[in-house]
Amino acid sequence: MDYFRNIVLVAAIAGAIAGLGMTVAQQLTTVPLILKAEVYEQGAGAPAHDHGDQAAASAHSHGEAASGAAEEEGWAPADGFERTAFSVAANIVTGIGFALLLIAASELFGGIKDWRQGVFWGLAGFAVFTLAPGLGLPPELPAMPAAELAPRQLWWVATALCAAIALGLLVYQRSLVAVLAAIALLVVPHLIGAPQPASFATPIPEGLHHSFVVAVVVTTLLFWVLLGGMAGLFRGRFVHAS
Amino acid sequence: MSMLPTKFAGGANDAAIALTTARVISIFAAALLGIFIVGGVGFSHIEAVHNAAHDYRHSMSFPCH
Repeated sequence: MDYFRNIVLVAAIAGAIAGLGMTVAQQLTTVPLILKAEVYEQGAGAPAHDHGDQAAASAHSHGEAASGAAEEEGWAPADGFERTAFSVAANIVTGIGFALLLIAASELFGGIKDWRQGVFWGLAGFAVFTLAPGLGLPPELPAMPAAELAPRQLWWVATALCAAIALGLLVYQRSLVAVLAAIALLVVPHLIGAPQPASFATPIPEGLHHSFVVAVVVTTLLFWVLLGGMAGLFRGRFVHAS
Repeated sequence: MSMLPTKFAGGANDAAIALTTARVISIFAAALLGIFIVGGVGFSHIEAVHNAAHDYRHSMSFPCH
């Protein structure tokens, strides 16, 4: 039980630190771009949020589209402090969640020895959770068209899982079969293809989207490197002793 | 309970910490907790949860809306 407690403790510390770091990076880079995109979203109105389903479109808008939007939307944090506070909370909580996944995976293979090895585990997390799913489903801004949510989430999770297994095979198995299986696991999700919207028409300027993709990739890279490094650093202090 | 492989794959200078069944159960419990947390914040279809973590979801490039 001590072992479980120590994993959670290390995840909580590493996740909180990486989550806070991520919040700062997001407030400086991605969030201003999201706010800019929401101006275009307001200008475009409901059709910009069409997911190929007119009925769902209005319910999916961000509350700016038409009258009565508040009832359709449900509760949302007020812009400014409240919105930022919820982003901080989301970053820290999911930071701890990702830390639990990272530490659990690494413990199966002997645990992260030090912060340097943690950086490489973090890079693996970046490849699994950002690069692999992001190839098929690039970061998107509000008011950008997308396919139905549930199939995209399923594809995202399946692609991340395939990438995680593939990396495990590549690093910890030595046979040619394992390498071929790993490559197949990396390629197949993209042969199947991520769910795409019927039309890519959007009021968002391409330059804005490009800046956003770069900002997301760089901030998540920092997040994962920090998370892995911190997990390695604190694992040595807590898990080793148990 | 039975023992799983008793050496970690990369454990050169961290030799022979047993990956016992109890440890494996702890590891999977931790992973499940992680999946539950990330799934709840990043993938929930509940509108209020989506709105609260909206900027986070976009910034992490989770499927959104």
